[in-house]
Amino acid sequence: MTCQTEKSPADETFVVQMKGITKIYPNGVAANLEVDFNLRRGEIHALMGENGAGKSTLMKILFGMEQPTGGEIIFNGEKLEITSPTVAINHGIGMVHQHFMLVPSLSVAENIVLGMVPRKSGMFIDRAKAIEITREYAERFNLRVEPESRVMDIPVGMKQKVEILKALVRGAKILIMDEPTAVLTSQETADLFVELRHLKEQGYTIVFISHKLNEIMEITDRLTITRNGRSMGVYNTRDVTKEDISRLMVGRDVVLTVQKEKAVPGNVVLRVRDLKYMNDWGRKMLDGISFDVRRGEILGIAGVEGNGQKELVDMLFNFNVPNTGSVTVNGAGILGMPQQKIRELGVSLVPEDRMLFGIAASASIEENVISDRIGAKRLNNGPLFNMKAIREESDRLIREYAVLCKSRRQHVGMLSGGNIQKVVVAREFSNDPVLILADQPTRGIDVGATEFIHRKLIELSRSGVAVLLVSADLNEVMELSDSLIVMYNGQIAAYFDDTADLTDEIMGSYMLGLKHQTEKEVRRACHE
Amino acid sequence: MHNFLKLLLTPEFFFSILRISAPIIFATLAAVVVEKAGFANIGLEGLMMFSALSGSLASYYSHSWFWGLLAALATGIIMSLVMGFFAFQLKTDIILVGIAINMMGSGGTLFLCKVITNLTEGKAMASTTGLITRSLCIPDIKIPILNSIPFLGSVLSGHNLLTYLAFILVALTSLILYKTPLGLNIRSVGENADAASSVGVSVLRVKYIAMAFSGLMSGFGGAFMSMAYAQGWSQDMVSGRGFIALAAQAMGGGECLGGMLSAIMFGFAQALGIKFSAIGMDSNLASPIPYAVTIIGLVVFALIRISRAKKRRSAALVKEEGRLLGQGQA
Repeated sequence: MTCQTEKSPADETFVVQMKGITKIYPNGVAANLEVDFNLRRGEIHALMGENGAGKSTLMKILFGMEQPTGGEIIFNGEKLEITSPTVAINHGIGMVHQHFMLVPSLSVAENIVLGMVPRKSGMFIDRAKAIEITREYAERFNLRVEPESRVMDIPVGMKQKVEILKALVRGAKILIMDEPTAVLTSQETADLFVELRHLKEQGYTIVFISHKLNEIMEITDRLTITRNGRSMGVYNTRDVTKEDISRLMVGRDVVLTVQKEKAVPGNVVLRVRDLKYMNDWGRKMLDGISFDVRRGEILGIAGVEGNGQKELVDMLFNFNVPNTGSVTVNGAGILGMPQQKIRELGVSLVPEDRMLFGIAASASIEENVISDRIGAKRLNNGPLFNMKAIREESDRLIREYAVLCKSRRQHVGMLSGGNIQKVVVAREFSNDPVLILADQPTRGIDVGATEFIHRKLIELSRSGVAVLLVSADLNEVMELSDSLIVMYNGQIAAYFDDTADLTDEIMGSYMLGLKHQTEKEVRRACHE
Repeated sequence: MHNFLKLLLTPEFFFSILRISAPIIFATLAAVVVEKAGFANIGLEGLMMFSALSGSLASYYSHSWFWGLLAALATGIIMSLVMGFFAFQLKTDIILVGIAINMMGSGGTLFLCKVITNLTEGKAMASTTGLITRSLCIPDIKIPILNSIPFLGSVLSGHNLLTYLAFILVALTSLILYKTPLGLNIRSVGENADAASSVGVSVLRVKYIAMAFSGLMSGFGGAFMSMAYAQGWSQDMVSGRGFIALAAQAMGGGECLGGMLSAIMFGFAQALGIKFSAIGMDSNLASPIPYAVTIIGLVVFALIRISRAKKRRSAALVKEEGRLLGQGQA
């Protein structure tokens, strides 16, 4: 494995050189730091990295959707400022977005010519010509579409072809594909690869954003790996192994250690058996998930995002219902149970999206922290609230959870991210839970708040609460968890009953699907 | 009952349905186009009020219905563009902008009427009906051959110029929406603005065009009210037609033809109400008829839409299952 160094700026073979690209958002988040990215004419180039590694931002910069805060872009040997997608399109750069930019009620042909509609007699749409253009390009690039069908009636795979054609019709020579296989079935993926090779043979350059190793090895010529906003180097695909990529892609720059006593697990609290779920597009998102969470332990769930973690949490709190399987809390089945009832069983949820599901932004801290217990006797005086009891309870929680605020009457939306999350946690941790579902509990919040929440989670688990911790943050999930599950492709790829000896490398190989434990090993996650 | 039916099945009754429908059709076309562009203009009522006033005043001062009509159209367009400026660029909620225009359309027109007439006549007027003579109204048109056909002739001929225009515009608007690049842009902006802007369609421009179109239609509607339906402007004379048009747009499935048919249905209900009071029925009973029809119509429309959506979903499911099955075998 040798990292390539590419120094000669005059090198004719590069169509695009992005040099020292830095992107720091106004809120201080650094998405890219001094990233170099080069494209050779006629190659398929993988841009790899975990979620949040900065790959999408880098490509948005190349497509003119974001402006870099530092660095420059050399296009065909000349410096180019890509100030908008229109500039990118005019220079032959096209992007196939993950969420399709299509108008559902228009026909395929109309979508393809939108913005450059052929006319007849000066003012009318020339439908025949639009269909002809579509047919011509579809044939030339072997992308089979139905020009006259409405986009809402065609399958996902064909929608993607329409997106590719849209870019090609506008003269794109460089195609940026943002996780193109994320929405496709395996057959559609296979078709896509045939089409991409065909494009490559005709001299088109393709950027393939992905974190799926098998696909990368199969289709790409070179790859650039990003991690935490930085480039981890450029490699020829044939010179590296999947293990190399996994090591470069998954890993912690700083290893945080958390002090905690050894867990003494008790009875099973949450029992999940054989959960299966297929989403509306026919993709298996959960494929036979079984595990238990016991009193007094923190079970972590790690994995690259999009491998079923979100769907799993949705099932556990009735945001969705699986096709088959069972979930019990202390013996009571909770699938399809109203959330209020689930909460009455002692289940708490720290949701992934705190602004949407965690809080009511325009309500006060006080209202937010008591919102799950407004029926409690101690907070009511007959039909009216017992304002004194509510005041005392919210003041106590604000103190205990160190929420930095002017008063309990302040709107939660006015607080910083870390303090908002503390409000969520104060509510969810304080109603005598038996099970806490913590979904990305510290995403995007400051170090102080993160540490505080980690300490609370450990404290609660040691006092006998069962904790299920779902996190994309490797540090968090490896350090906090007593036992650990890695999810890949809707399945449990690995179960570790002890996290002490785990390394980043082992984690990476399971997270990216290089390794998969045997069924028997995975079954150890069930404590029967 | 029999006598009453006889009373209804007269050419005059059918003639009045078309006449009453015309302003609703104009406003419905406005609602259809803005809805296609992805927003709602609930200010049609107010726009029509302003156009009605400016049309009648301009025709009085210029001594020409033609200039009056042009003034009404210009008023509609300019005011709708101002609405667009507030909504699209100053980011005011478009519903609030619409409410503001409607309230101004009610009180503001009366105020303007008093100020303007007082300035020149020395005595403020609460309506312009005294200023407008028959010759300042938009003319009626007798269609030569059609005119001589019994029954049909007296239903279809002799309508106001704008009544004919309303029906012609239904076809024209449909043509614009479905056969021209502009229409394609309007529909794409309304459905997925990101998709449209990603291929270089200016979303803002398209929205302004749709807004201006709604102003133009309100201009026609307002001019019809004060220069054809009645002689001159009077307070609150549009009396809910701008709102009924919003209902007609929804009932017509958001399409021009459907909207027109719904508008005619409302026209029928209003004509019926007038007829009822004409035969001595209490006007308090007769006047709610159009509104009752609106509610019933919307319920029926909602039921149709729900059952259609159900059918489409199950069809999609069958298709998807078939596809998965096919894959499993492959």
